[in-house]
Amino acid sequence: MSTFEQAYSWINLRFLLEGLWVTLEVSVISIVLSFIIGLVLGVIRYVKIKYLSAAVGFLIDIIRNLPLLLIIFFTYFGLPELGLRMTPMLAAVTALVVFESAMLAEIVRSGIQAVPVGQMEGARSSGLTYVQAMWHIIMPQALQKMIPPLVSQFISLVKDTSLATIIVLPELLYHAQIIYSQNTTYMVPMYLMIAVMYFVVCYCLSLVARRLEKRYG
Amino acid sequence: MIHILSENWQTFLTGFENTILCSVIALFFSLIIGSIFAILQTVPSKLVRTIANIYIEIFRNIPLLVITMVFYVVVPQFFIKLSGFTAGTIGLTLYTSAFIAETVRAGIKAVGVGQMEGARANGLTYWQTMRYIILPQAFKLVIPPLGNQFINLIKNSSVLAFVAGFDLMYQGDVIASASFETINTYLVVGVFYLILTLPLSYYMRYLEKKLA
Repeated sequence: MSTFEQAYSWINLRFLLEGLWVTLEVSVISIVLSFIIGLVLGVIRYVKIKYLSAAVGFLIDIIRNLPLLLIIFFTYFGLPELGLRMTPMLAAVTALVVFESAMLAEIVRSGIQAVPVGQMEGARSSGLTYVQAMWHIIMPQALQKMIPPLVSQFISLVKDTSLATIIVLPELLYHAQIIYSQNTTYMVPMYLMIAVMYFVVCYCLSLVARRLEKRYG
Repeated sequence: MIHILSENWQTFLTGFENTILCSVIALFFSLIIGSIFAILQTVPSKLVRTIANIYIEIFRNIPLLVITMVFYVVVPQFFIKLSGFTAGTIGLTLYTSAFIAETVRAGIKAVGVGQMEGARANGLTYWQTMRYIILPQAFKLVIPPLGNQFINLIKNSSVLAFVAGFDLMYQGDVIASASFETINTYLVVGVFYLILTLPLSYYMRYLEKKLA
């Protein structure tokens, strides 16, 4: 047990918490940005603007079906070939936003599609313009339907930030690896601790989702 | 792009094979484990349901990479040394099984209690009802979401690159660092992944539409 006590010294714990902070920072920034972009892309895909919707749809399908890890590699190791060099932080956020907005766009599209057509027809015949009907009638209902898949996508995003260890983003997993690389007996305590930290963050998110679902579902 | 492919054809192909092999093995076992936990979540015993729930929540809320690393670096210290491929496949199986359990459980729930009650009233035991009445209907309902889990599984198999699992992503990385043609190599890798995932994805969308 003393290995655990030594491993969980204040210095080590603080170092892990700093990693957790970076994980949360990257997650929150990526969630906000990709949600906005995903919402716009999803609507574009739904409303069927000539050529634009098809092009956006094709691009979304390509990105959605690639591994996130490949996109992270491409952003951090590939783009410098074109003269675009990013810090690990910026590269991680960029890759996550590109990947997640494609995933979210698909969720948004199917959420809107799940709203019965009659809602739009009714709103239009009541004198609302298309944009008004979309904003006041369709979107609120669609968002309700989207809550569960949206939140599970956000949870995926939080977990996926761990992939950015490979581009030396100083997040939770990377900090744990630094600690146990100095003393391999700390390996088990470290993995246990970060598993708990990831679990707490993700599980809390899923509890929030459950409450939202109950309230608005 | 073409010359990268032709010069490294064998390396890419090995990676492609390993990615497929790992995905198929992980799919097979995670389907079995996932279905078992899905059923355990619906049995009358509260204790069993809780245990199944804990398993699912643990593996759903911890990053795949952490699970895989545990099998790659922690397990060898106490038990046997696992190759990167094995460690990665085990991690992938456990991680995916939790998602499949949730999917199948939703399917079982969607079949409805009436089916269970009707079958039980006809004299079938609980397990007979599950086997012959509930599960066949549930699986039909969950084919599209299961297909999406399989697509995720294929994409997630790139985690093998972290543990030297010789999958597509790993081989691509090897080629990229040897040839210095990073962008071209990753584009080829991307095409290989799309060959696997894109047709599946379109097929699942077609099935969803057909079922809806």
